[in-house]
Amino acid sequence: MFRKPALITFITAGDPNVKATLDFMLTLDKYSDVIELGIPFSDPMADGKAIQKANVRALKAGTRVRDVFNLVREFREYSDTPVVLMTYYNPVYRRGVERFVAEAKENGANAMIVVDLPLEEAGEYLNVCEKYDMGTVFLAAPNTPDDRLRMIDEASSAFVYLISLYGTTGAREKLSQLAFDLLKRAKRICSKPLAVGFGVSKAEHVRELVKAGADGVVVGSAIVDIIGKYGEDAIDPLEEKLKELRSGLIF
Amino acid sequence: MKFGEFGGQFVPEVLIPPLKELEKAYNELKDDEEFKSELDYYLRNYAGRPTPLYFAKNLTEKLGGAKIYLKREDLLHSGAHKINNTIGQALLAKKMGKNRLIAETGAGQHGVATAIAGALLGLKVEVYMGAEDVERQKMNVFRMKLLGAEVIPVHSGSKTLKDAINEALRDWVATFEYTHYLIGSVVGPHPYPTMVRDFQSVIGRETKRQILEIEGALPDVIVACVGGGSNAIGIFHPFIEDRSVRLIGVEAAGKGIETGKHSASLCAGEKGVLHGMLSYFLQDEDGQIATTHSIAAGLDYPGVGPEHAWLKESGRAEYVAVTDDQALKAFVELSKTEGILPALESAHALAYAMEIAKEMSKDEIVVVNLSGRGDKDLGIVMEALTCSASRL
Repeated sequence: MFRKPALITFITAGDPNVKATLDFMLTLDKYSDVIELGIPFSDPMADGKAIQKANVRALKAGTRVRDVFNLVREFREYSDTPVVLMTYYNPVYRRGVERFVAEAKENGANAMIVVDLPLEEAGEYLNVCEKYDMGTVFLAAPNTPDDRLRMIDEASSAFVYLISLYGTTGAREKLSQLAFDLLKRAKRICSKPLAVGFGVSKAEHVRELVKAGADGVVVGSAIVDIIGKYGEDAIDPLEEKLKELRSGLIF
Repeated sequence: MKFGEFGGQFVPEVLIPPLKELEKAYNELKDDEEFKSELDYYLRNYAGRPTPLYFAKNLTEKLGGAKIYLKREDLLHSGAHKINNTIGQALLAKKMGKNRLIAETGAGQHGVATAIAGALLGLKVEVYMGAEDVERQKMNVFRMKLLGAEVIPVHSGSKTLKDAINEALRDWVATFEYTHYLIGSVVGPHPYPTMVRDFQSVIGRETKRQILEIEGALPDVIVACVGGGSNAIGIFHPFIEDRSVRLIGVEAAGKGIETGKHSASLCAGEKGVLHGMLSYFLQDEDGQIATTHSIAAGLDYPGVGPEHAWLKESGRAEYVAVTDDQALKAFVELSKTEGILPALESAHALAYAMEIAKEMSKDEIVVVNLSGRGDKDLGIVMEALTCSASRL
């Protein structure tokens, strides 16, 4: 679904408000190959401080699931860049899996990541995604065994998301060796594009991962932190950060 | 393993291997004679099992209806049923070679019980507790520290129990190699709801033996309070096949279901997925989890264990809700008539039991799970009663 190597950037929808998110998406679009849009959730248990706070800001601003779909539709008036919705399962389950996926597709989303929906629980979800031609992305972690990695690869129609470390999302100083070990293993086993995320925050990280063979690199918290700091006025510092990250793709 | 459609393992991928490891270890140990006798040893000689099944004669006479029996889990070491589970899981963790326990706690009871188990078995303990609860429950925080545990205040979200669980899960995804997450109720991803139920079922097994000894008959009704639902499942479970026994779970109606300030997820919630399980949750149309209220901190949770969701759906158990005020009245009533101060959580069960016992005949039997003692609640009760002095 993307040209390689890809820079995949994440922000939380509605942080600090829905209108600003559209502006941010248009800025991300200039430097990104894929945009991941987070649906804010009250209990983001896989996320570190930066994205937790973004979720709180978005929900305080009154962001609804409907608003996130609208955002994607508005973004589609300007750009064809793939948009991946990142969500926890409860907002999907509560709306009804079929209704959620159908609405997301109708409004222009290309794929979905459901953080707390492992394969074992994903039967209905996978059927619905196939029916509506919604791309699926499953996560794999450094402790995911080979046979499971194979199943994850099969279930992921868009790309496989490799988690670079043991822990939650959040910027880190250095990349863990675990990231490279997993990438090496996944390259051997998987057939789908491989994106690496969690803890990736600098051009240097992007470069190292692309050199090691990653098809895509996901940056979230480092971008979300800038929005946390500057709020609606984040465009300029965002642009600066994105330029830096983008430079990591060239070597 | 699921309870009908409820339960499951809705967790980030990284937790799948540690959950499988836990399930495997638990399945191997649960029927292991050495493990069973070790657990039994500590439950008897350290925790104080079996607990009495006490006939509340004064209360029964005053109400003039069914015979009321109290399962005295309040007499256990630590003052509540939580220790049945923490000793079990701490022993399991030790066998698995994990030297660090993490736990979530609301009021601090499960945190204290985990700290006790950690001290007993020589394991490091860190307890996540909502910053607001740390403030409200200073004595329990101090108690945990005295027992050698570290208490980590959680400032995210609503700063209460559900956020403490989120934070413990965040810890666990980074530390599972040497850490066991000791969940305190029949909630969370599989195998926790089953495992915690098994450890708590000792309550129901004893109750069954005792009531048959005393009355030569099974009880007509068993009543227990339900937050996450561990004490209720513990006493219900051995009676599930005994169809003549009505099982009633009592949730917290807080200031009244209609006010929205409650934590009655089975009575007023919707199906959803949180903390690794499909169950009933208090939430809005978008699936955002609601903030809850109960005077009893141990009931103040927006979800409920998946087996309760199943027992409700299948009709085997009934679920009702009791307000803060009704629980307070029951607290005072039991103190005066029987000389027993119940935990505010258990007072919910008691309040409902008193209500139905009145309407039942004198040869019928109601068992109430008195899951904990009320000393921890004296501050809250004092404050509530001073606001309405007439109740004393």
